[in-house]
Amino acid sequence: MSSIQDRRTLTEARPATDLAGRAAQRRRRLAPLVPYALLAPALLVLAAILGFPMYRLVSLSFQRYGLRELFAGQGTWIGLENYRDIVTDSFFWTVVARTMLFAAVAVGLTMVLGTLVALLLRNLGRRMRVAVTAGLVAAWAMPTLTAISIWQWLFDFEFGIVNWLLTWLGVDGFEQHNWFDQPLQGFTVIMIVVVWGALPFVAITLHAGLTQVPRELEEAARVDGAGAFQVFRHVTLPVMKPIFLILATLSTIWDFKVFTQIWVLLNQRPSREYFLLGIWSYSESFGVTRYGKGAAIAVVMVLLLLVVTSFYVRQMVRAVGP
Amino acid sequence: MTRRRLTRAGYNAAAVLVLAVTVFPIYWMVATGFKRGPDILSFEPRWLPIPGTLENYRSAVAKPHFLQDVRNSMLVVVATVLISLVLAFLAALAAGRFNFRGRAAMIVMLIVVQMVPLEALIIPIYLMLDGAGQTDRLAGIVVTYLTFVLPFSIWTLRGFIVNIPTELEEAAMVDGCTRAGAFRRILFPLVAPGLVATAVFSFILVWNDYLIAYVLLRSPEKQTLGIWLASFTTNHGTEWGGVMAGSTLFAIPAVVFFLLVQRRVVSGLTAGAVKG
Repeated sequence: MSSIQDRRTLTEARPATDLAGRAAQRRRRLAPLVPYALLAPALLVLAAILGFPMYRLVSLSFQRYGLRELFAGQGTWIGLENYRDIVTDSFFWTVVARTMLFAAVAVGLTMVLGTLVALLLRNLGRRMRVAVTAGLVAAWAMPTLTAISIWQWLFDFEFGIVNWLLTWLGVDGFEQHNWFDQPLQGFTVIMIVVVWGALPFVAITLHAGLTQVPRELEEAARVDGAGAFQVFRHVTLPVMKPIFLILATLSTIWDFKVFTQIWVLLNQRPSREYFLLGIWSYSESFGVTRYGKGAAIAVVMVLLLLVVTSFYVRQMVRAVGP
Repeated sequence: MTRRRLTRAGYNAAAVLVLAVTVFPIYWMVATGFKRGPDILSFEPRWLPIPGTLENYRSAVAKPHFLQDVRNSMLVVVATVLISLVLAFLAALAAGRFNFRGRAAMIVMLIVVQMVPLEALIIPIYLMLDGAGQTDRLAGIVVTYLTFVLPFSIWTLRGFIVNIPTELEEAAMVDGCTRAGAFRRILFPLVAPGLVATAVFSFILVWNDYLIAYVLLRSPEKQTLGIWLASFTTNHGTEWGGVMAGSTLFAIPAVVFFLLVQRRVVSGLTAGAVKG
């Protein structure tokens, strides 16, 4: 009781400014901790639900872990055997090459077409621009599974409109044509589905980015005699670089990991000719219940992806700054 | 003059082509959903669903567990979005407003985390949830969705926060607001549209998922709409009228929400990409 009394007299005696100074001092001392406190909940959750499985994934890749081990809840440590198995299998190199090629073509097509559509949007009249944007947005918002079902139907061998259209145009051999008999044709369809799904995001984001490029700059370049391509190369591209970087990185990540499109288009039973790394990893794990080997393939896949995107990521670190 | 008109005509032709390619599949889905059986399976395409029928929709909705699947999907989506929004907002504040040691590393981590293929993580997540007795549980699937919704939400929200000038908060603090007060009165209302946009985007990410639900949810009464949609394809073939009607129903919420907020999402993304 008396101590409270004392404190009150003390506080009253102290000039108000001094008290405020104290509080400010304490705040200043705690201030550096604020961002960490804000981050903590999200990081903790991520560490628990992502960090632990990621650790589990790596440790699983060093184990023999099949159906028996699943029931026992305990794998057998076998060191690098899974990795040795994979790397010495010539099929691995086929799948790696196929995955890289697929991702490269998909990213290339998405970025080039996306840029062209974004530039087109910029040069359209208002009404046409709204119409095209609305179309892109509708395609973008399509749930993946829905979109895949639609394309499956469009390419259906019996009643698909694509076969009908090609036949109608006089192209021979497309009556009752099964597009998935031949991997090259099958992958063409898969590519169309993937690019169709990815294009709107890239085109709309680039279009939004283009509005940040000052028109005066482009006009000045044009007055100085630059052609359309030169204007794009020397004025538009540098301003848009951060957006291009982020889109290219995300597209690479997504297209490297393409899974659902193939899985669903091929009725959940893709033959080995259609295996990309993701499908292979999944079918080793859940198809033939070799979780250890499946995990090893996944780890290799992430490492490859890190190598492929390391250039972008480094650039991005530089853009974001310390 | 003629040359300009020619260029314009060229642009418009290109636009029509782009529009056709993007929209035709969607049109075909909606149209097929309203067609009668014989019109769906005709070798000569029927361009218009006339005469139409609602039979496909009726049979889609009458599929077993439909309402339960809708309820499950809703529960899962709402839980995931709410949890990730709160956590992501706090983290995005830190990433967008404070300079601290490890900030760049954190931002890079948000990108790198997205590289890990979910298909691969499903294995250990499955084993982890299995150990905790949470497979075939909606809670388990919510936790799994957080792995990709949370990093994405932090990234997007950071974009929105970076976009709001710090001067506004500083002015409020000069006028006597505390830092927390400035956040609450100035930043929060300004970032609210960003929160809505991020929520909708997360909604769509979760709504669209097929794979995670497919692996983690086994019993029919626990399934989500993604699985419901996949159930139209059986070993006996695909029931196209039903799939297309079901797909239309499945797509409507996503498309509607998305149309409402897409402009904001895009501005948040681009701002986040450009500003450090």
